[in-house]
Amino acid sequence: MIGEVYTQLEKIRDFFYGLAEVRDRLREAGVTWPKPLPEAEVGTVRVKIGLPAMLRRGVIMDVTNVEQAQIAEEAGAVGVMVLDKLPYDVRKAGGVARMADVKVIEEVMSHITIPVSAKVRIGHYYEAVILQEIGVDLIDESEVLTPVDEQHHINKWAFAVPFVNGCRELCEALRRISEGASMIRSKGEAGTGNVSEAVKHFKALYGAIEELSAALRAGDEEKIRDYARRCQAPIELTALTARLGRLPVVTFAAGGIATPADAALMMWLGADGIFVGSGIFKSQDPRERAEAIVLATAYWDDPEKVVEAQRMVSEKSAMMGIDIKTLKPEELLQVRGV
Amino acid sequence: MKAGVLALQGDVEEHIQAFKKAAQELGISIEVIQVKKPQDLKEIATLAIPGGESTTIGALAKRTGLLDALRDAIKEGLPTLGTCAGAIFLAKEVRDSVVGETKQPILGLMDIAVVRNAFGRQRESFEVDLQVGELGTVRAVFIRAPAFIKAWGDARLAAPLKHPELGQIYAAAFQGHMVATAFHPELSTTVVHKYMLNLAKK
Repeated sequence: MIGEVYTQLEKIRDFFYGLAEVRDRLREAGVTWPKPLPEAEVGTVRVKIGLPAMLRRGVIMDVTNVEQAQIAEEAGAVGVMVLDKLPYDVRKAGGVARMADVKVIEEVMSHITIPVSAKVRIGHYYEAVILQEIGVDLIDESEVLTPVDEQHHINKWAFAVPFVNGCRELCEALRRISEGASMIRSKGEAGTGNVSEAVKHFKALYGAIEELSAALRAGDEEKIRDYARRCQAPIELTALTARLGRLPVVTFAAGGIATPADAALMMWLGADGIFVGSGIFKSQDPRERAEAIVLATAYWDDPEKVVEAQRMVSEKSAMMGIDIKTLKPEELLQVRGV
Repeated sequence: MKAGVLALQGDVEEHIQAFKKAAQELGISIEVIQVKKPQDLKEIATLAIPGGESTTIGALAKRTGLLDALRDAIKEGLPTLGTCAGAIFLAKEVRDSVVGETKQPILGLMDIAVVRNAFGRQRESFEVDLQVGELGTVRAVFIRAPAFIKAWGDARLAAPLKHPELGQIYAAAFQGHMVATAFHPELSTTVVHKYMLNLAKK
């Protein structure tokens, strides 16, 4: 009896070794991964931080369907972010907010030519695997959705697709970059139409970088080392940030941007580009507003053009907005995942 | 000498750095300016149109009157480099691999046909060592890159690649004072920017 079980086990073992051999042969023949060229390297760091670099001075817009995605593309967006619900509606709806419908994401991908992003819950490795598998261009590990892991974010080095993560200050940004984020955005307070938190986050980010840069110029390496230790971030990354005087990856503003003036303000504060969430499709004039925000982002340093952009929209049509002071602490999205 | 980078959208800073580094290697002094208004074009000896989203760059250029000014300046002989989105912007024929015909505003100056997003999505973006005509071997970074499939008139294709579906395609094109690359030289090399500065000196 024992002998028979042993024989069966040996058969199973042989079967799996056989499978492994087939897999290796296919891999050698280049069948498992659709490489465009045999000698080409996909998913390299240069390629992963390269995409966000191409999005600079651009606007990425939240959309929930193909029609909205097409409006965004026509208005000059550099990308869209597909969600199940806009952050404003996530707030209203309550419950657990998850990754968008795969079918909707795929439909959007087949109708527009600009990059398509989608959000996954913080720590949800498998939502990210699914998005990579269907071919999403950029993954946002976002506090707007309900986090699934209170302790850990996704290990983003394991993916060929670049990730964007939110931050409220420099320590958080450095931790996300050390986990493999290719792009950083401010958390702001999504779905409020109130840009005040994004402003706070950008000032905190650049204030800390300026202090570190000053320390480096003064030769105070101890301060850099202490800061890195306190942040639980790699010293090399902290020192690089101090030397550059900015984060080593592209940094976008997000959270509450609702008008062209909001977008121009965030660019003036040092943002490389803009995410607009509920601000466009929760307004009465989404087409004009989308175009105007694109114009104000590209020409933020030209007041004449920002005025032109601001004239394209009416304050009466802007999204209503929520004052952050009226939100209960448990209703804040920005505190999720540190 | 002044070099310009079209600064509506895209990786403008990377091109500014590449121009500065190229000038340093050539031992010439240059100033690099951001081109955002028609009058900026009068100051510069060479122009780079960066990578980014060609639809965004086109829409903005059309809105601000820069489209016609750019076309005139390049027609009059301004040495111009277009990388990725910039190459799409320069080409006469543009098609997208997913949605087919596009109505996006373009300059339409180079006698080349371009397929947008020819290699697939970001997941399929790649880097590879590539022979780019007389410029030699460069490490070429392709990000949701286009491919050149045809040239006519004075345009000449370079940097051939075998594409699994499109067959023989090309990643660079030269036409007089215009250069187009499907990849991003600004991310990995200065040879292309040096070539542009040499064109500008003539």
